[in-house]
Parts: sequence; structure tokens; C-alpha cells
Amino acid sequence: MNGNGTIIHMAGIKKVYDTGKVKVEALKGVDLEIHKGEMVAIVGPSGSGKSTLMNLLGCLDTPSEGQYELGGENVAGVTRDQLAEIRNRRVGFVFQNFNLLPHITSLENVEMPMLFGGMPVRERRDRATELLNRVGLEDRVDHKPTELSGGQMQRVAIARALAMDPDIILADEPTGNLDTSSGGDIMSIFTDLWKQGRTLVIITHDPALASRASRVVEIRDGVVVRDHAN
Amino acid sequence: MSDLHIIYTLFASSARLQRKRAYLTIAAIAWGTVAILMLLAFGEGLRRQLDKNRRSTGENLAVIWPSETSKPYKGLPAGRAIRPRVNDIDFIRERMPELRAVHGEMQIWRPAVYGRTTKNLRVIGTNWVYGESRKHYPQAGGRFITPDDEAQRRRVIFLGDEIAKDLFHDEDPVGKTLLVANSPYLVIGVMQPKTQMGMYGGPDKNHAVIPITTFRAQFGRERLNQIVIAVEDPATMKSELRKMNELLGPKFGYDPEDDRAMPTWDMVKSAEVNRKILLGIQLFLGIVGALTLIIGGVGVANIMYAVVKERTREIGVKMALGAKRRWIIFPFVAEGLVYTLIGGALGITIATLIVAALSFVPIENNRVLSFLGRPTLSPMIGVATSAILGVIGLLAGYFPARRAASVDPAATLRYE
Repeated sequence: MNGNGTIIHMAGIKKVYDTGKVKVEALKGVDLEIHKGEMVAIVGPSGSGKSTLMNLLGCLDTPSEGQYELGGENVAGVTRDQLAEIRNRRVGFVFQNFNLLPHITSLENVEMPMLFGGMPVRERRDRATELLNRVGLEDRVDHKPTELSGGQMQRVAIARALAMDPDIILADEPTGNLDTSSGGDIMSIFTDLWKQGRTLVIITHDPALASRASRVVEIRDGVVVRDHAN
Repeated sequence: MSDLHIIYTLFASSARLQRKRAYLTIAAIAWGTVAILMLLAFGEGLRRQLDKNRRSTGENLAVIWPSETSKPYKGLPAGRAIRPRVNDIDFIRERMPELRAVHGEMQIWRPAVYGRTTKNLRVIGTNWVYGESRKHYPQAGGRFITPDDEAQRRRVIFLGDEIAKDLFHDEDPVGKTLLVANSPYLVIGVMQPKTQMGMYGGPDKNHAVIPITTFRAQFGRERLNQIVIAVEDPATMKSELRKMNELLGPKFGYDPEDDRAMPTWDMVKSAEVNRKILLGIQLFLGIVGALTLIIGGVGVANIMYAVVKERTREIGVKMALGAKRRWIIFPFVAEGLVYTLIGGALGITIATLIVAALSFVPIENNRVLSFLGRPTLSPMIGVATSAILGVIGLLAGYFPARRAASVDPAATLRYE
């Protein structure tokens, strides 16, 4: 993190998908700056480039052009393993379809990023237990994802996202697969996290969720068309 | 925190194959392992049995048949017959004391009569050393020809085990009198049964042996049919044969380089040829077995590819959470290796049990088995099979794992 609290610095980001015959320009030059403690909603219709932006923000993919610094670290031109390490330390993911590993317990799911981060077993276990307590799942520690409801699964995913104390939490339609009530719970957890000073980027269609954000970035046809504080 | 810990934890926590799939995979490997082990065990058994059968003629021997010269020598024309005599054996023995044994052989067919049974008998007249060097070991209660028998020209006879049975049926021949060409001979011993591979003139079990001196007196023969030498060290056979020809050449008037004069069967050399042929057979069997095992390995690889496909999302999730390439690859390799090694261990156990069970099948009285031998496992076979299994297991896991590591997390995570 640099002095002024900038966590994400994107300048002139382009992403071109080469499908062989046609080249699709999914992002056509995005400039984006996100500071520590912001809760940013990225909205836009499907095909607008939201997902591509999310992949780039989360270091799941690298931009074709442009400059991207995550927590002051230049992400361009690093190897796949280095990218994995950056994801591990700096990004916590929350997905629409939860993406928990199905055959291991909630606790083990939350431990997974810490395993990759090289944390000792005991510390991992303690921290995972504490995180599950924090999202209200202290009695679901030894349950497997199939034994949990959608809302519970998403809370496990949030605990997992917090495991490595990342610079940014990146949520992709986190309430998309949930009913209104559990969706509301998840939104409350996000709001709480924001109040605790965490930086969140939420990609969403949901106006209710977007309205809770401190800032809304609207993207359309691969460019940012609106960027305003709520 | 070591890589090993991470890989182990991932391996331990990743999904296992469905049972049926795991069983089939393991069974394929076990079958391949049994196939390669049985083939190699068969090859090893064959090798040992043939070696044993070969040795039953005698060890480190060369048989020399005096014949005709094919080259002029010191003014003598080609085509002269070489005719060593009984006493020439002593000549060779004196001049070549380093030989383990030298004996001469003469042969004649004569009728042999015991009671009402008459058989045409192949009678060999030879020196007493023949018993040891040609492995004519007597059955209990008998003996072979002694130096005294030879010196005193005794009419004693040592019988091959089959001809003894033909003449005496269920009676014990030792101590009985056998008429050979109307002269009475005292039977002094019967040969222990053996499976013989190398032979000249006929199998040992069908002939009878008498002292060479008796033979000479009885049948009025002087000329040797064969000279047989035995060396201590097989490596010296070639030089000893040359030495013998250099010794006998001037004596009998033939060029020591003339290999038609004294045609020779060098058993050391043919044993070497046999060894190479058998090595070839074993290699062939090993390759056939390895191919069977490779098919099992392809099965493992195939299953692992399917597993990678099934777990694509899982792999993508792990990558998103920060798993490095090797942490994705090695648990898969380990899984492939584990299935292969379980199958291998199972196959080794089954093959060992089969080989152990076969060791109870008697082979001595079976004409086929006494040549083929019994499947035998050796440490070498174990090492070779384990190495092949290990390599196949690694490859069967590695290629699918590489595909796993090439999963693009961005593409796998978003959609159901």
C-alpha cells in the first residue's frame, strides 16, 4: 500500500480476447483508482466487460495493455506462480456460486488460503475457527458444503476470503444465488466489513446491493461511463 | 512451511475416485503386474532349468571327434584319417596336467540279456574319470567304475537309469550279472535320473558304461570315438583346445589350424550362445509383460484425465485461492502413483502366490516341465517390475496433472 492509501491503480487497461478469427476487445481503456476503506459497486449490463474487469482486478488474468498496481505492486509481467501468490496475499474472492471445495469441511475450506500462504497448522485452525465464529457459523465448522444452505455457504466463502487478511475483497454477484433474506444477511456482513475499514469491490446487478456501496462505477461496452459517490 | 506439507495436505483432502473406478483401475494395473511377473518368472525358470539340464551333461567340457585332415601338413596330403588310441589319453594327461579331466570313449552296440529280456545296448568304454566329469552319479547302493576296475580290466558295467529299468524291470540291478555279447558283466551301479540337454551319441540314461581297458580286450578295438576334456576355469577352454591341437597335431600329422581334423564341440562356447539366446527370450518376455502393464498405465492416465475434467472447477478455486502450479500437479501425480502402486503391490502378491503354488507341482517326471522348469521370481525381476511400475505410475499421473495445471481459473469460476 502506498502513502495515499491507493489499493487499486488501473490506467489505460485494455483486454483483448483472441478467439482465432475474431479479436474481441472486452475492455477498451479503463482507468480506475480505488482507495483503502472504499466499498465500490461495479455495475453494468451483461457483456459490458464487468467480468473481465473482475478477473483483472482479482489477478485471475492479466491485461493486454495498460498498467495495474495492486497494493503498490505492479502486476504486469509476473509469472503464473507469482500471480497466484499475489491473489493469495492480496485478494479475497466471494463468488456468486460460492465455489467451496465440496468434499472438505467448512473449516478446511477456510484454511485453504492459509495453507497456500504457508501458515502453520495450529495457527490456521485457530484463525479459521475464529473467522467462522465471526460470520456466525460456529456450529457448522465440521459440516461439508452440501450440508449447508446457500446463505451459509456464502458466509463460509466470506470467512475464506478474509483468511489471509487481504487488501481487497472482491465479490462477484455475491447475492445472485440467494433468496432475499439470506441475500440481506450477506449484504449486512459486507456493510459491517466496510465499517471495520476493509476495502470491498462488489460486482452486481442488484440495485439494492449497489445502493449500499460508498461509490458506484458503471461500466458499458468496455469503458467506465459513470463513477460517482453514493 | 514446506511444499511437501502443502502437497500432502492437498492430496489428503482431495476427492477420491469413485469406488468402482478405483477398483477397475487398480485391477488393470494388478493384472499387468501379474502378467509381467509371470512372464519374467517363466523366463527365469526356463533359464535356470535349461542351465541345470545343460550342466547335467557335465561342466566345462569339450568333446573332440577325431576325423580326417582337410589341409596338407608337412608333405602329408589332405584326407588322412586321425586315429588316436586308448593310450593317447595318458599322453594328453601327462602333457596337459592342468586339465581337470581327460577321458577317451569308444562305443559299440551289442545285445544285452538278463533273464528273458534282451535289449540292444549301447556300450561305452571309457576311463574312470568319466563318472565325475560326465555326471554319472550312482543311485544309492551302487558305484561307478574305479581306477582298479580299469587297471584290472574287470567285467563290470554301470547302467543308465532307463536301460536298467528296461532290462531289470522292478528288480535291483546292482550285484546282478548281465550278459553283454555273451560275456557276463557284474552290474555295479545305476545312474541317478537327470534331465539332459546336451548329448552326443544318445541320452546317458540309455547307455551302459564299462572300463575302457575291458572294452579294448572284449571287442578288440583300439581307436577312440571321442576324446573329452574338462577344464577348471571355463575361460581357459579356448586356449586349452589350441594347446591340445598343437600337442596332437605333430604327433598325428595334422595342421593344428586344421579344424576339420579334430572337430570339436566346445560346450563352454555353446553355453555362452545359449545364455545370449535366453537373455533374448527373457528380454522379449519382459517387453511383452511391460506392454501389458503399459495398457494398465494408460487406463490410469485415462481415469486421471477424467478426474481432472471433473475437478476443473475445484482446481480453478484452488488456483484463485493462491495455489501454485506444483501444488496442483503433485497431488495428481501422487494419486496416479498411489493407484499404480496399490495395483502393483496387489499384482506382486498374486504373482508370488501363483509362483509359490506352482512350486508344489512336481516337474521331475513330466517331460515338458522338466525342460521348461518352474516359474521363479528373482530379486532382479522384483527390481525391474517395481521400476517399470514406478515410471508408468509417474507418467500416468503426470500428463493429466499437467492438464490440470493448465486450467484457466478465470474461465472456470464464474459459471455453473
